[in-house]
Amino acid sequence: MIKILAFETSCDDTSVAVIDSNYCVHSNLISSQVAHEDFGGVVPELASRLHLKNIVHLTEMALKKANCEFNDINAVAVSINPGLIGSLLVGVSFAKSLAYSLQKPLIAVNHMLGHIYANKIENPYLEPPYLALIVSGGHTEIVDFRAIDDFTIIGRTRDDAAGEAFDKTAKLLNLGYPGGPVIDKIAKNGDSKFHRFPRALNQKDEYDFSFSGLKTSVKNYVQSKNEEFLKQHLADIVASVQMAIVDSLVTKTINYAKKSGAKNIIVAGGVSANSLLRKKMEEASFGIGCNVFVPPLKYCMDNAAMIGAAAIEKYERKEFANLQLNAFSTKGTRFI
Amino acid sequence: MKKIIELFSEKDTEKFAEKLALQLENGDVIALYGELGAGKTFFTQKLCSFLKVTENVSSPSYVLMNEYSGIMPIIHLDLYRLNSEDEVLELGLYDVIESGLTIIEWPKLAEKLLTKDVIRIYINYKNKHREAIIKTEKEILL
Repeated sequence: MIKILAFETSCDDTSVAVIDSNYCVHSNLISSQVAHEDFGGVVPELASRLHLKNIVHLTEMALKKANCEFNDINAVAVSINPGLIGSLLVGVSFAKSLAYSLQKPLIAVNHMLGHIYANKIENPYLEPPYLALIVSGGHTEIVDFRAIDDFTIIGRTRDDAAGEAFDKTAKLLNLGYPGGPVIDKIAKNGDSKFHRFPRALNQKDEYDFSFSGLKTSVKNYVQSKNEEFLKQHLADIVASVQMAIVDSLVTKTINYAKKSGAKNIIVAGGVSANSLLRKKMEEASFGIGCNVFVPPLKYCMDNAAMIGAAAIEKYERKEFANLQLNAFSTKGTRFI
Repeated sequence: MKKIIELFSEKDTEKFAEKLALQLENGDVIALYGELGAGKTFFTQKLCSFLKVTENVSSPSYVLMNEYSGIMPIIHLDLYRLNSEDEVLELGLYDVIESGLTIIEWPKLAEKLLTKDVIRIYINYKNKHREAIIKTEKEILL
């Protein structure tokens, strides 16, 4: 059994994990969720971006929690794209230095592949092909996944990501940030047919998404109503917006699944926590004889365990990176 | 200069983006102001297409920064999610502004970084149309 020390620093959070080749996660720490006291003081608000300050300490904590020492590690894995270049570089430089000084192989992982492989932690025996819908604050992609070196992005957002559509709707209705959980909660008491918000790009063979028009439509709708109406029908409006977002996500995924004959669908990324999305995806999939897999939420948000999970297969294939490895911010999935 | 352009349709926005794109050069910074849904990302998409960007230009609200390559390198920033000037500095904005074209959505927290040459574009939502107000010390014909 091999053990992989994995790093993920593509956006706000620094995350370090230890995972073994049976997809057993020994530790998976995320900077924003580690108690502030453990950092030996107050973490300022912008700690989210201070990967440099977090990464050494978080690595020590992750090893300790996994009951490991550096010598027990067989390889170092890191996400190298896509993401915020400055943030990615911290993880990549640190992982490279570590791999060099420990004389262990280095494995480069695409962040989006990580989201797909998060599913392996819960379902290690589920083999591709599968269709993956990756939905978060920064991602909205449908990926036809056949193997780690053979996958195609079928559709992606042309403007706002699905998670962003939730956040910005919440902002327009003064519901706070992040928008996803609060909208999910309020919508439970609303009528999703109260108002029909637009579904963009809804042609049958169109798999790209667009949520920018929905945002403008919500804005216009809110502006056209008085305060009392908005207050009285808040749950209905929120439920209607949520339905518009979820409808696009589910319809396009299912349309492609029908076309490709996919038997398994993975929903990953933070938005997969949305209860309507889970329900609608399961219902629609059942109708076409497909199974739906949603990794546990802790592996759906940005985390290093999913990077380690993708690295296991690369380790077995001896797909190692050299020390010239660099981060790049290019969007979307790209084979490395 | 200060100029107001009325935008009655997406075509109008496209024409405005085209005129501006033709006059942009390396080192230029565009600060884009406007409420949610005003059309900042749409304008950026059109501007980038006239700058021969072939990649998908999407909202960087969550990722904070996108990079594209057109006839010049383009950095597309979005400070919507940030809360303080310190966070803007953490992002390393000083470093990215130097080369290529920089487009900043929700630029309020970066005011101190913007020089007088910056091209400020305010997209305002009117009843049935939008207007773009352009303010800059740079010589631009619109």
